[in-house]
Amino acid sequence: MSILSQSKEGVHAERERVSLPHTSDSIIPLLQQIQEKEGFVSEEAVDRVARYTRAPASAVYGVATFYSQFRLKRPGKHMIRVCEGTACHVLGSDAVLDRLTEELGVDVGGTTADGLFTLESVRCLGCCSLAPAVMIDDETYGQVTGDSIAKILEPYRKDAS
Amino acid sequence: MSGAVREVRVGLATCGIAAGAQRVARQLQESFDANRIELPIKRVGCVGMCYNEPLVDVVDASGEITTYGHVAEADVDRIVERHLVAGEIVEDLRVTPEAFFRDQVRIVLENCGVIDPESLEEYRARAGYTALENALNGMTPEDVIEVVKESGLRGRGGAGFPTGLKWSFAARATGSEKYVICNADEGDPGAFMDRSVLEGDPHRVLEGMALAAYAIGATHGYVYIRAEYPLAIRRLEMALSDAREANLLGDRIFGTDFSFDVRIKAGAGAFVCGEETALIASIEGRRGMPRKRPPYPANSGLWGHPTNINNVETLANIPWIVRNGAEAFAAHGTETSKGTKVFALAGRVRNSGLIEIPMGMSIRQIVYDIAGGIQNDRPLKAVQMGGPSGGCIPASLVDTPVDYEALKATGAIVGSGGMIVLDDSTCMVDVARFFLDFTQKESCGKCTFCRVGTKRMLEMLERICAGEGEPEDLDKLVALGNKVKANSLCGLGQTAPNPILTTTEYFRDEYLAHIEDRACPARVCKPLLRFHIEPDACKNCGLCARGCPVEAIAADEGGYHVIDDAVCVKCGRCEQVCPFDAVEIQTGKVAA
Repeated sequence: MSILSQSKEGVHAERERVSLPHTSDSIIPLLQQIQEKEGFVSEEAVDRVARYTRAPASAVYGVATFYSQFRLKRPGKHMIRVCEGTACHVLGSDAVLDRLTEELGVDVGGTTADGLFTLESVRCLGCCSLAPAVMIDDETYGQVTGDSIAKILEPYRKDAS
Repeated sequence: MSGAVREVRVGLATCGIAAGAQRVARQLQESFDANRIELPIKRVGCVGMCYNEPLVDVVDASGEITTYGHVAEADVDRIVERHLVAGEIVEDLRVTPEAFFRDQVRIVLENCGVIDPESLEEYRARAGYTALENALNGMTPEDVIEVVKESGLRGRGGAGFPTGLKWSFAARATGSEKYVICNADEGDPGAFMDRSVLEGDPHRVLEGMALAAYAIGATHGYVYIRAEYPLAIRRLEMALSDAREANLLGDRIFGTDFSFDVRIKAGAGAFVCGEETALIASIEGRRGMPRKRPPYPANSGLWGHPTNINNVETLANIPWIVRNGAEAFAAHGTETSKGTKVFALAGRVRNSGLIEIPMGMSIRQIVYDIAGGIQNDRPLKAVQMGGPSGGCIPASLVDTPVDYEALKATGAIVGSGGMIVLDDSTCMVDVARFFLDFTQKESCGKCTFCRVGTKRMLEMLERICAGEGEPEDLDKLVALGNKVKANSLCGLGQTAPNPILTTTEYFRDEYLAHIEDRACPARVCKPLLRFHIEPDACKNCGLCARGCPVEAIAADEGGYHVIDDAVCVKCGRCEQVCPFDAVEIQTGKVAA
C-alpha cells in the first residue's frame, strides 16, 4: 500500500534531518521551515533567522518580503488558493474569485473573521487541463465554477461547526 | 482470476491526483483484495492525456495496453470484475488515444506514464544510467560536449541557446570548484512540462545533470525547484537518495574518479528567479534580483565559481542523446531546431495535456490532429506560446512550424512550452492585460523601464478594457513596449512587452473596437457589456431574479423580467441560469 500514502512527511523529515549551516544561503530554507510549522513568518521569526544566519534582520526581512511564498500574517485554518494561470483565466477563474470574495466577505489575501479561511490567488497550480482550478489546503479541485465553489466549501464549514 | 494481465497502472502525477486518481487507486486496491488479485498496482507519472484523467492502464502479458479514462471510484469494481477477472474489455470506459499519440515522438517523455518514478530499478531497466556509465568509462568530457554540440540541442527553457556551446564555456572556465544547476523554477503560467518530467521520471534529470557535471568538470549540483511542486520535490528526494545508495551519485561513481552530488533548493515563489543570475542570488539566500552580465555564470556564477545552468527538459534530453548518438537526435526537427519539444497544451482544445512533438511540426497539426481541435467546434482565434515572455500567434499563421527562428519571426517564441489555445470567446486585449499584470507584479524592480514601464502599460490596457482608452494609447503602448525591451537587464523585462506587441499587431481591430466603439467583441471586458433580457423570449419564470446576487432583476408589468443596468454587476449568472436563452449580452455604443 506504499503507493497510496502520498504523505508529505517524507519531504519534511528529509529536510529537517539536514542541519542548516549558519550562512546566508540558509535564510530561505529556514523561513520555509518556520512557515511550515508556524503558518507564517512573524517579526520574532525574522530575528531568529537573522541570529542563526548572522545576517542583518533587514536582509532577512528583505528576503521574506521579496518572495511571494512567505506570509507575514497569521493565516486562517484553511487556505484557499484560486489559480490565476493563463488557462484558468481564459476559462473563467475571475468568476470563481468574485464568487469567493462575495461568499467569504474578504478580498484576496484576507482571512475571514472567524479565522476559518484565507483567500489567496496563485500564479499557476500547474494543472491547466483542469482549469479553472482551486486548491484548498492540499486538495485540488478542477473545473470549478462560481456555483460549484459554494458546494466545495460546505464540508470545510461543517467541519468547523 | 485472469493470468493474462501483467500490471495495472494508475497515473499519479499532480494532475491525476487533482482529478481523483488517488481515490481510484485506493479503490482498486480494495477491489483487488476483495477479488484476491495479487497484481501490482503501479504508480506512474503523467502520460500526457490530462483530458482523460483519472487514467487506469491495464497491461496484458504481451504488453498490450488498454487505457480507461475518466475512471471514477464507482467504475473500479466493473473494471476489475470484467477485465481482470473475466478478461473482457470494458468498452464504455475505454479511451482510444491513437490520434493523440500517433504524431508524437517521445524522447524526454519516453518513460513518463510507463515506469514507476519512485523505482530506480524500473529506470535502470529502461537503460537508465547507461549513458552515464558509458560516458564515464569510454568518453572524455570533451567527447560528451562534442556529442551534445553535434546533436543540435538548444536550451528548452525558452531562450534556445545551443547547449553544447554553453557547456564548452563552463568547461573552459578555470576554477577549483564548478557547479551544475538544474533550473526547475517553472514559472510560466500555463506550463507544466518540467513538473511532469520530475514527477514521472526524476532519475533522467539527475543522470542528465551528472553528464553535464562530467562534461564541465563540476562536483556539485543544485536543483532549484518551485516550492509549489511538493510531489516533484518528494520524488526527486527519493531519486537522490536511491541514486546515492546505488553509487550513481556521490563519490567515485561507477568506480571512476568522477564524484558528483546534488542538493535540492526549493524556490519561494518569484518568477524572475527563472533568470540565471537571479536564480543564483536566490540559492545564495538573497532577494532574487538579476545582475549585469558579463561576467556570465559560466565564468562567475554560484559563489563566484563557474556555473552551468540548464533547464529540466534540456537535461532530460541528455541521457537519450548520449545513449543514442547525436545523429539519432538530429534526425528529428528542422535545420536550426533539432530534436523534440514538450508542450503543455491547454485552453480551448478538446484534448489538453502534455505532448512531445518533433520540432518543425506545424501549430495546425498540434491543435487539430493531436489536440483534436477546438471545443464545441468554435473557430480558432490564436495560440499563445511562451507565456508572459511570448506572444499570440493568430489563426492566420497557424501553419507556422515549431522552430526557434520561424516562431521568432511571428513575434512569439518557442518558449518553455506553454501552449494556450484561444477561441473567439477570448478577448485579446484582456489576454495582453492578463500577462502584463503578471509581469508587472513579478518585476523585481531593479530596472526603471521594467518597474515603471510595465506599470504604465498596464494602466493603459486597463483603461482600454474599461472602455476609457484613447486613440493614441495604441502607439504609446508600442513605443513604450519597445523601450522596456531595450532598457531592461534581464529576460523578464526584455520580453514582457511581447504579448502586447503581438496582439497590437495581429488584433489591432480588437483594440480599436475597445477604444473607438467601446465594444468588446468577445464579450469579456465587463465594463463594456450590458445584460439585457429579450421580452419576447422571457417566460417570466424568475430564475434570473432569484440567481441575481445584487437584486438587479425584477418582473416587469409586461410579463417579463428586466435588468436594472445601474445595479447590475455583470456577473453573468442570469445568462447561465436562464433556461430560455433570453438573456443577451450586448456590447458597443448601444450599451453606452
